[in-house]
Amino acid sequence: MIAEPAIQVRGIEKSFKDVQVLRGVDFDVKAGSIFALLGSNGAGKTTLVRILSTLLKADAGTATVHHFDVAAKPGDVRESISLTGQFAAVDEVLSGRENLVLIAKLRHLKDPGAIADDLLARFSLTEAGSRKAATYSGGMRRRLDIAMSLIGNPPIIFLDEPTTGLDPQARIEVWQTIKKLADSGTTVLLTTQYLEEAEQLADRIAILHKGTIIQNGTLTELKQLLPPAKVEYVEKQPSLEDVFLALVGDTGETDTTANDDRPDGTVAPRKESR
Amino acid sequence: MTNHALGDTGVLTGRSLRHILRSPDTIITTAVTPIALMLLFVYVLGGAINTGSDESYINYMLPGILLITIASGIAYTAYRLFLDLQGGIFERFQSMPIARSSVLWAHVLTSLTANLVSVVIVIGVALIMGFRTGASVGAWLAVGGILILFTLALTWLAVIAGLSAKTVDGASAFSYPLIFLPFISSAFVPTTSMPGPVAWFAENQPVTSIVNTIRALFAQQPVGSNIWIALAWLVGILVVAYAFAIVAYRRKIS
Repeated sequence: MIAEPAIQVRGIEKSFKDVQVLRGVDFDVKAGSIFALLGSNGAGKTTLVRILSTLLKADAGTATVHHFDVAAKPGDVRESISLTGQFAAVDEVLSGRENLVLIAKLRHLKDPGAIADDLLARFSLTEAGSRKAATYSGGMRRRLDIAMSLIGNPPIIFLDEPTTGLDPQARIEVWQTIKKLADSGTTVLLTTQYLEEAEQLADRIAILHKGTIIQNGTLTELKQLLPPAKVEYVEKQPSLEDVFLALVGDTGETDTTANDDRPDGTVAPRKESR
Repeated sequence: MTNHALGDTGVLTGRSLRHILRSPDTIITTAVTPIALMLLFVYVLGGAINTGSDESYINYMLPGILLITIASGIAYTAYRLFLDLQGGIFERFQSMPIARSSVLWAHVLTSLTANLVSVVIVIGVALIMGFRTGASVGAWLAVGGILILFTLALTWLAVIAGLSAKTVDGASAFSYPLIFLPFISSAFVPTTSMPGPVAWFAENQPVTSIVNTIRALFAQQPVGSNIWIALAWLVGILVVAYAFAIVAYRRKIS
């Protein structure tokens, strides 16, 4: 059981009309690991995630998620996963708390209110909890989105480009969230077009290019594909990101700007974590 | 999974009803146009219209106004469904272990509730303007039943529009011809006053039989065969629209 991968993908193909988006994709994701699917726009990342999360049917090939075949047992797959799509899937008319309560009710959990309050605290959204999600910043919305995905503790989480469109601070917040998730044993499959994101987070990285996986390995393995490192002396210039983060503070707390009079210390531990 | 269908539908209906409570303008704008039409027809045009009956003109035209209210109200149903599809929330629901039909049914039940509220508002204004009826409880229930059937039939049409639209405007544009249909019916003037081909169309389109039935129920007159023609139209439209909506939905989620 332990050796069996949480996600197993074999020969998945998918075409839209004449365009073949996936041309036979194979990979395994070990339970409890973070697996990054790296690829440029149009590489087929989202299509693959949609197939694995039962939103789309593959033309050929098989895939199992949490030991369930996605085509034969979509209901069981849905019980085992959570999808955080490319666009934050929050209800903008509802408040943050109402969004969480809604999902908890739809997952038929007891005491949805307590679950919501707990997640609001974990994602530093307690103060904003009663505000409409439409008023949230991009980072807060993403945090709420991921919080909604955690309800019911699904063993596998799909994150489709979780940090696209976020500012650097919000991106770091999301990274910290994802790391914590994997530490608690959740299997994470994330897609990204940012090399740094894969480097920061992933235990294994697969490069999806033109519908197939062209490389799959750990960061060290991928680095060994290139000629051995040469020693060169280069004057170290701070990157613009370093400068930006140094100037605005590296805490990644976008919502405190709106509410400086935070009474409790809910965010304190995250400030030192980087 | 299916044993949760009712509960899931309830939760999701609660969600979209909350949307309406937070933007009551959707109900108000739905009611405003029919009320304006009612004022225009009763106080401006109505004096010149000969309905050939002793009824006051507002009694004569209220059934048509109610149908116009519902026809404009369902545009919001298509609009809300379209917005759910546009945002990621629809996909989130689809990737969760909930009954798939409950997402649609929640929109249908919300549409029913919102439209009935609009209809009640319009009837309230009509009462202020002098609408009177001696209809019995049974007749009122019959009117309510017909209006519910009419709302459901048009709502499933709205679901097709909401599922297949490419733009927000497209999602609600389909309702314009439906709003216009009562004008070419017995809703405002007797069909006998129309030229031949127009009168033929007016007499044989669904709105006329529905309007005549509701009018007869309000006036405590026998409904005659109108009610059966009306019911046949309503059930027919409902079944066909439902079938097409389900096909469109399947195509969307597979």
